[in-house]
Amino acid sequence: MSGRYRWLAVASPLGLLLVWEILSRTGVADPRFFPPPSTIIRTLATMVRNGELPIHIGVSVRRILIGFVLGSVPAVLLGLAMGLARPLRALLMPIAAAIYPIPKIAIYPLIIFYLGIGEASKVAIVALSIFFLVLLNTMAGVLGLDRAYFNIAKAYGAGPRSIFTTVAVPGAMPQIFTGLKLAMGFALIVIVGAELLGSDAGIGFLIWRSYQIFAIEAMYVGLLVTAILGWLATIALDWLERLAMPWRPT
Amino acid sequence: MIATAPPRVAPITVRGVGKVYPARRGSFVALHDVSFSVAPGEFCAIIGPSGCGKTTLLHILAGLIPASSGTVEIPPRVPGRLTSALIFQGISTLPWLTVQQNAEYGLRHMRVSPAERRRRAVEQLRRVGLDGFVDASPHQLSEGMRQRVSIARALATDPEVLLMDEPFANLDEQNRLLLQDELLRLWQENRQTVLFVTHSLDEAIRLSDRVLVMTSAPGRIKSEVPVRLSRPREFSSVRQDPEYGALSAQLWEALRDEVLRARHT
Repeated sequence: MSGRYRWLAVASPLGLLLVWEILSRTGVADPRFFPPPSTIIRTLATMVRNGELPIHIGVSVRRILIGFVLGSVPAVLLGLAMGLARPLRALLMPIAAAIYPIPKIAIYPLIIFYLGIGEASKVAIVALSIFFLVLLNTMAGVLGLDRAYFNIAKAYGAGPRSIFTTVAVPGAMPQIFTGLKLAMGFALIVIVGAELLGSDAGIGFLIWRSYQIFAIEAMYVGLLVTAILGWLATIALDWLERLAMPWRPT
Repeated sequence: MIATAPPRVAPITVRGVGKVYPARRGSFVALHDVSFSVAPGEFCAIIGPSGCGKTTLLHILAGLIPASSGTVEIPPRVPGRLTSALIFQGISTLPWLTVQQNAEYGLRHMRVSPAERRRRAVEQLRRVGLDGFVDASPHQLSEGMRQRVSIARALATDPEVLLMDEPFANLDEQNRLLLQDELLRLWQENRQTVLFVTHSLDEAIRLSDRVLVMTSAPGRIKSEVPVRLSRPREFSSVRQDPEYGALSAQLWEALRDEVLRARHT
């Protein structure tokens, strides 16, 4: 998004909020379930001031970040290894392909059974949810590399170690970032889901509790915060991507 | 010149080399009983129809893949020098490395100190006219410049033998002629042994001392044609030389049947 069309990217969400505001104020949409955005913003401001919102955000962000690192780092390493070594791929690919599509939130009760209701289970569900996504993307990144790159490396004396660091890692980097970006979205979805199911803090908890006590504005604040977090995460990952791959045409 | 190793050029001897690939049913014979030799300091071209195993042969010589039969003799390794440096067609650089890092890539695996690496790479980049682009990324360069980077990478390893696999095939004709000039100039300075694979009759005649003609698959050496044009070979004088026309005709004569056969299989 650049140049003359940038304003469109700002106009579309603002326009949506404006339509919502009008529908809600005129009563076309029931303001009990669809409070006007201006009210939601006011509630958000109050919750920031009384310190409630920062606590929930802090709890969720911490769970996401730890789970994200614990899930993605081993996934990248194993994905690179599977992309490079055919036997390893043959050994692990059927398992990975089978576990990948299972909604990890469906085995959350099992995770709670093993790790308890505390932080460990939240972090684990995030890590588990993104692991296979990053793994399969990383492996595809290595497999999609032109043979020519490996031939150049081998013809100029590169051993397995040098092939790993000078071909596989930088070559798969674009796909690794595709995986990481998808994973960040998944992490948000799954942590909110997990906090809905069993937690005493976090954005998911905030949404669920607000709904139960019919504090609809606060519930919308939770949804809004989730959206903003997702947007900020995308910006952060885009920035990291440019930093990791200065060689890419922009 | 590079002072660390004495200038030395080496011959290539290939005896009875064959290459068989497993195929869906049975096997595919890519090369059959290929024998030839290249004298030290000779510029030898190999020409043949598409799919005749030219690239396979070069990859065997470069040690990328093993031969199924026969022997290849390239002299033993000298410290600080690469025995044979391969220059690829198409994708020739690693896009995530800078021009400088690409030029140093071979030296990185040769126990050469970082300072020495840098010096040798810069020296060769200067020779191919890219010393102003050391920090550029390959995507910022033209196809011809990328190919010059890969030539600099090969020369930086101070190879005894230069193996070139249709290095100019992806260039337009004008740029191809310029790079041929440049290659001839570089070769006249160092006189490495060169084995140059091409599908272009013009290129083979313009550059080489001798042309080996390969058959369609399974590839063998069908005939060899010495090129006795005087050097240096300016484009205009080569093209006006009656010998050029005769060589062209002679090579096409040898090649035509093979190209036709390759089309029917």
